[in-house]
Amino acid sequence: MRDFSYLRATSVDAARQAAALPGAMLLAGGTTLIDLAKCGVAEPDTLVDITHLKGLDRIEIDERGAIIGALARMGHVADHDDIKSRFPAISEALWQAASAQIRNMATIGGNLMQRTRCPYFRDPSNFSACNKRVSGSGCSAIGGVTRGHAVLGTSDACIAMYPGDLATVLVAFDATVRLGDRHIRVDDFFLLPGTTPDREHAIEPGEMITAIEIPSSAAAHRSTYLKVRDRQSYEFAAASAAVGLELESDGRTIRDLRVALGGVATKPWRARAVEAALKGKVLEPEAVRAASLLAVEGAVDHGANHYKIELAPRVVARAILKMGETA
Amino acid sequence: MTVHNIRHGDAFDGGADAVGGRLSRVDGPAKITGAAKYAVEQQLKGLTYAALVESTIASGKVRAIDSKAAEAAPGVLKVLTPDTIISLRSASDWFGTPPPDKPYCPLARDITFSGQHVAAVVAETFEQAVAAAALVKVSYDETPAIVDLSDGKAGDGIPVDAMTKEWGDASAAFASAPVRICAAYNTPREYQAPMEPHGLIARWEGDHLTVWEPSQWLDGMARTYAEWFAVPFENVRLVSPYVGGGFGSKALALSHGAIAASAAKMLGRPVRLVMTRPQTFTSYGGRAATRQTVTIGADRDGMIQSIVHRGVNETSIDGMWVEPLGSVTSIMYATPNFSSKQNVVRVNSVVPGAMRAPGENPSAFGIESAIDELAYEVGIDPLEIRLKNYAEQDPHAKKAWSTRQLREAFAAGAERFGWARRTAEPRSMRDGNQLIGWGVAAGTYPVRRAYGEAMVRILADGSVEVESSSIDMGQGTYTILAQTAAETVGVSADDVVVKLGDSRFPRAGVTGGSRLAGVMTGAVHKAATSALDQLIGLAISDPRSPFHTLQANTLVVANGRIGSPRGDGPDVSIAELLKSIGRDRIEATGDTMPANSTAEDRYKNYTTIAMALPHTEGDYSRHSWCAHFVEVRVDEDFGTVRVSRVVSALDSGRLYNPKLAESQWKGGIIMGIGQALLEEGIVDRRHGRIVNNNLADYLVPTNADVPEIEVISVGIPDLHSSVLGGKGVGELAIVGMAPAIANAVFHATGKRIRDLPITLEKLI
Repeated sequence: MRDFSYLRATSVDAARQAAALPGAMLLAGGTTLIDLAKCGVAEPDTLVDITHLKGLDRIEIDERGAIIGALARMGHVADHDDIKSRFPAISEALWQAASAQIRNMATIGGNLMQRTRCPYFRDPSNFSACNKRVSGSGCSAIGGVTRGHAVLGTSDACIAMYPGDLATVLVAFDATVRLGDRHIRVDDFFLLPGTTPDREHAIEPGEMITAIEIPSSAAAHRSTYLKVRDRQSYEFAAASAAVGLELESDGRTIRDLRVALGGVATKPWRARAVEAALKGKVLEPEAVRAASLLAVEGAVDHGANHYKIELAPRVVARAILKMGETA
Repeated sequence: MTVHNIRHGDAFDGGADAVGGRLSRVDGPAKITGAAKYAVEQQLKGLTYAALVESTIASGKVRAIDSKAAEAAPGVLKVLTPDTIISLRSASDWFGTPPPDKPYCPLARDITFSGQHVAAVVAETFEQAVAAAALVKVSYDETPAIVDLSDGKAGDGIPVDAMTKEWGDASAAFASAPVRICAAYNTPREYQAPMEPHGLIARWEGDHLTVWEPSQWLDGMARTYAEWFAVPFENVRLVSPYVGGGFGSKALALSHGAIAASAAKMLGRPVRLVMTRPQTFTSYGGRAATRQTVTIGADRDGMIQSIVHRGVNETSIDGMWVEPLGSVTSIMYATPNFSSKQNVVRVNSVVPGAMRAPGENPSAFGIESAIDELAYEVGIDPLEIRLKNYAEQDPHAKKAWSTRQLREAFAAGAERFGWARRTAEPRSMRDGNQLIGWGVAAGTYPVRRAYGEAMVRILADGSVEVESSSIDMGQGTYTILAQTAAETVGVSADDVVVKLGDSRFPRAGVTGGSRLAGVMTGAVHKAATSALDQLIGLAISDPRSPFHTLQANTLVVANGRIGSPRGDGPDVSIAELLKSIGRDRIEATGDTMPANSTAEDRYKNYTTIAMALPHTEGDYSRHSWCAHFVEVRVDEDFGTVRVSRVVSALDSGRLYNPKLAESQWKGGIIMGIGQALLEEGIVDRRHGRIVNNNLADYLVPTNADVPEIEVISVGIPDLHSSVLGGKGVGELAIVGMAPAIANAVFHATGKRIRDLPITLEKLI
């Protein structure tokens, strides 16, 4: 059998140092790592268990924003009263993610690090070509079964979709990832595949996510996460939208708008073109629908995933209009 | 003393314990508390673990297998390849057809599908076996594969003449009909996806083999193992106390079983082999992908003049699976002219297999969609057109129905659903962004009958034991057999212990085709009657019995006590009676085999399906029936379909336990929701491989996808179908659900979806 060593980290610094060694991986909730180990994608030599570190599961909220510790469980964050009232989209995204069992185990830090569901990535024994797994080995997905693959942010090397819900909300509201003392915007934390799909995050050896920070805003306060999928529960998005809206005092002119897409791109996808087109405009259905089409500017399909290009703008428009209705 | 003895066929008034009562599953507490030990959970001394190596190509030959690294890996005991595995003999098929006199090798050299077993590794631990299996290097000479029915190389396939059904002149009648419907309906590969994956533990002791394996057919599988290893049938013991779902997939011994049992024999140690979830998509067959063309010729009033039906299902390169696609088409509606023919097409896949209502299920999707199309074409309500073309007798067999409560099902379902409030036009019902549609479809499943055997034992403490090699895969065998024995003997169901799932017990045929309840309640009823007769006979005749002086002709047993029918004389418990006459038990074996059956007949009955009685045997045609009424809500922008309401009325004859029957019906309805909206094995056309081979990507309904479901029993006892009057339950309710949903989607959206599943991209 494949032996590996198990270390229980006693401090964040110890964890970071141990995880910096080649072949080492951090273990938190384990819901991604164990899954990937079972299908032969993750083959760690050392697991550094950080679940016993104190203080990393805190959820702190004040008027400036929320700081959510990396070890907070998805289920706890989803159910947190202040998160629900001040950042409803975060709670909604978490509630619609995974299953109750997974949400009870999975951590927020681990959630950001979850890997793609691309079936070719997940089956090394049948599909040796995967640039995400082995740089330069090729892409088995292109030309294959692509119904769940990305239409935005793809490259010739990789079309794998980023499957997470939470990070879609985080990019909409300019959240930052805390890697100890280094803070980086979530939008910059996730990397486009380009020619290096194996490098998914702007995280260096020796760094570890300690928290995420979401600044308060009127838009985050009036926000929603709309997730569309074939199955009502326990499925990744066909397309999703995180939307936050702030209106002028006239109650109809858009002062601030945040839009991000999930389920359609290689990373959590901020739709700034939609935001720009609608800011300062009166919120009315035709204008919203027209602007929402900008969400998929530059989208490229691979056959079976073409529907995502049709679907995503409709999801965006519905979410914006829904926010408009909630005075 | 209160005495009553309910006899079968009487109106039900016997409480939860009797046949017809709503007794909760007697195996429920053991399953909920984890006390129920499933087949592969046995702890055996010296147990070893096997892991499979599967082909990564869909067509070609194994050039070489390099197992050196695997053999050198820690803990590895054996690497089995086609060259090193012991030689087995071919086994007969499930009809008992004598096998060709040639060896059988469960590890393949010739590759006909991706995921075929080519090697196996046995090690001291599961982890060692899995790690070493990954080190086995297989090289191939690959040839082009036929990936599925739509492959250009697939061709038209092989005609299956036995499936041809014709009367009248269907093409001429169609050509001259004033209204003509012609459409093609497709269903994809679907998978049983039981919660408990397939697997087994095999142990040899000399030339005796014990196999702990989830099974829908202990005796049939024992026969296969016996033939593979050329040992007497009696030397093979199958043990399967609980089964975590089968849906048709656990009835036959499969190649992984042969591999594990071979390894156990080679090593002289027990071997455990459990499939990974991805392997459950390629190690045995799910439902075959199908295509049907249904043409209906009708007059302007919607009276059907002709049905012409052509069907195709896929099978494997070297196996034969026929999914009878004309089965519902040929009996649901009266038509003077009819033609149905079927081909099978060979593709590079594992041979497809039985999955809940094989044949009837896809067949109903075709005809029940087509008649809906006809309804809109002629402007008649979809329910009315079904009643208009109601078949008063079996149109194919030209025999009377034993019972057919389908008209009653339509009436009861429509009433509860509120069908009369439906507006006819598509897209005419809406709630905001949601288009609302109401659809109806009918379903049916034949009554499959066979003979059964059981042992009933009355013990010294007055309790009763039932033994049978039949199984309970969640449908409730433990419970209804307890009820049958309790009612027949006259004790409480709490005092009955039912033992199933061991091939050493009195034998049983396959648990499939919804036949088990009818077969086994009959057998237990017979055995229990015989035990009761013995008990009463002894009570009357034994000089030590307190009843000896009463000179009664008979006695009655109720609530575990014996007394005279008139209530005069003694009143003693069964335990007291047995004690007084010096007996520690009374035992009776009963079977429903015809008198004068030979030992060979019995063996054939229990280990093959060759003796199953045709559902049209004698003067009657026997079927279960159902009508589904479904409401869907379709998001106009997103194309997502949610089933928001289901009312189904079903005719399964007499229900042995309504609670369990309703539960099975609801399970079938839920599985039908999955079939209609979610389930599809997706093939990578370059590799001929199913890529969504796990339960995150092969979608089955979650609780959130399941609305309130109301089921209504409209059945009446059908004594032509079974001893106690029941017809089939388990397969029935899935039949017709997919077309009911597709019809509701059409009513909601005006879009007719003829390819399952109805995913959102087909509607946006």
